[in-house]
Amino acid sequence: MRPDLEIIDEWIQPNIRVLDLACGPGELLHHLITEKQIHGYGLEIDADDLNTCIQKGIPVLEQNIDEGLQNFDEQSFDLVLMTHALQQFRRPDLLIDEMLRIGKECIITFPNFGHWRSRLHLALKGRMPVSEFMPYNWYDTPNIHFFTFQDFERLCQEKNIKVLRWAAVDGQLKDHWWIRSMPNLFSETAIFHISRNN
Amino acid sequence: MPDAIPADSVGIVIPQTAQFDEPLTLACGQTLASYQLIYETYGTLNQDASNAILICHALSGDHHAAGYHDLADKKPGWWDSAIGPGKAIDTNHFFVIALNNLGGCGGSTGPTSINPATGQAWQADFPIVTVEDWVESQARLADRLGIESFAAIVGGSLGGMQVLEWSIRYPERLQAAVIIASAPKLSSQNIAFNEVARQSIRRDPHFFDGQYLANDSVPTNGLGLARMLGHITYLSDDAMGEKFGRQRRHESYQYNYGIEFEIESYLGYQGEAFTKRFDANTYMLMTKALDYFDPAAQANGDLAAVLSRAKCEFLLVSFTTDWRFSPQRSEEIVNALIKAGKAVSYAKIEATEGHDAFLFPIPRYMQALSSFLTRIANQVTADGQQKESANAS
Repeated sequence: MRPDLEIIDEWIQPNIRVLDLACGPGELLHHLITEKQIHGYGLEIDADDLNTCIQKGIPVLEQNIDEGLQNFDEQSFDLVLMTHALQQFRRPDLLIDEMLRIGKECIITFPNFGHWRSRLHLALKGRMPVSEFMPYNWYDTPNIHFFTFQDFERLCQEKNIKVLRWAAVDGQLKDHWWIRSMPNLFSETAIFHISRNN
Repeated sequence: MPDAIPADSVGIVIPQTAQFDEPLTLACGQTLASYQLIYETYGTLNQDASNAILICHALSGDHHAAGYHDLADKKPGWWDSAIGPGKAIDTNHFFVIALNNLGGCGGSTGPTSINPATGQAWQADFPIVTVEDWVESQARLADRLGIESFAAIVGGSLGGMQVLEWSIRYPERLQAAVIIASAPKLSSQNIAFNEVARQSIRRDPHFFDGQYLANDSVPTNGLGLARMLGHITYLSDDAMGEKFGRQRRHESYQYNYGIEFEIESYLGYQGEAFTKRFDANTYMLMTKALDYFDPAAQANGDLAAVLSRAKCEFLLVSFTTDWRFSPQRSEEIVNALIKAGKAVSYAKIEATEGHDAFLFPIPRYMQALSSFLTRIANQVTADGQQKESANAS
């Protein structure tokens, strides 16, 4: 399993209702359904991913998240997930609001653009970084928003969102002390577990 | 018939008839003392009768879903693109049953059959049957064939409504439901189209209030008109535009009311061809069955509450250019299933063919169907092996 997925897995209780936005080929959902008996659905628009989910027996719905999630009721899921996709949507801020409307809690993972290598790349080469985690050119990337660990934290503050816990890791899931102490500079992937502040 | 029967065809099929003498009380309150259902099967039923798939037909469909009746057949059954060895509904794994619904004109008891009470054809006196009645009669056919539970029940359009009803009425009797280009109930616009179709039949002077057979007459104009209207709603604007555009019959306009455009000629042909194979009273009855269907009505319109009874897993498919049963209508079912906490997958297929797309072998559509059913087939095999080893020990 992808490193960030392994961390999330530890945070997820069994038997809950899960909605996985942009679930891809359903790797995480498959694991959660078979190992944790969760009841879940994935949302996906990629035809091949959708088919893989159907093949594996993962409930998956073809739905364009940018067109809205109004079809899901308030607080109808225990957990709404979005791994490595938030940066691909038109309005991440509004999407987070929607995620917190539908789910009691949310887990979001994203590539941290504040990683020192991205900074160095841009600073020295003057060109948009291409890395293992963001292996695209600026013109063909599905990622339309680039933000950092700190940007996300600040958005949570502005929106009065409670950060239940977070993790910051490098590509190998290594959670070194220096990443933990300076996540904005050293994490490649940021992982946030959030809820509404009641 | 093609030059040779294709390798992925179920080949030559012979329809079978099942006679039922146990009375069937219909939703309308009337009772059919006895009736018969005509059906076809493809593939082989396995030992524990766990690999059966029921195909439910749409408005003008029948029992001939796949293969050829004889070597002179020009065309195979209506869903031959999906049913056969190696196809999405793979007859190497499944035993497929397709029937003509009660009230049909393909050989099951319907308006053209003889009413035993009078010795005359039923015609307009044939009671109105509903989707619920069809499911009831299909369940009896399943009993007759020794099928306790279907691996899957599959249907498009009006066929999808039957699948939905099965999942609610007999939750123990199906493992999977495949509902294609369908809706949980008709919209006002849908009912309006049906009413215009019926009115065009009723207003045909050859209709004789539905007693046209006794009058040695056929309301071909009305039925043809109804079909023309239906046909327009089954296609998309794009599909029609692509196929016909403004192609003309003559080099220059004729400035009269004859056939000027190719689409006019095509519709006329479709309408006329239909009158040769379909019965007007059956058309009236089938459109009525569509109008009446509304399972959520049992729970004050709460579809999720009704669907909470279901135990099977669901696959829903819609097509982007279908405006008769638009993707939103399928999504109503999907959303209700999510609310009810059921296992459901949904694919919205990019297609130009409109509502009719469900009859075409569109690769993504066939792939979704195949992926879903392959897993069901594997499940059936695994369950069978488990049962076998339990019996052995």
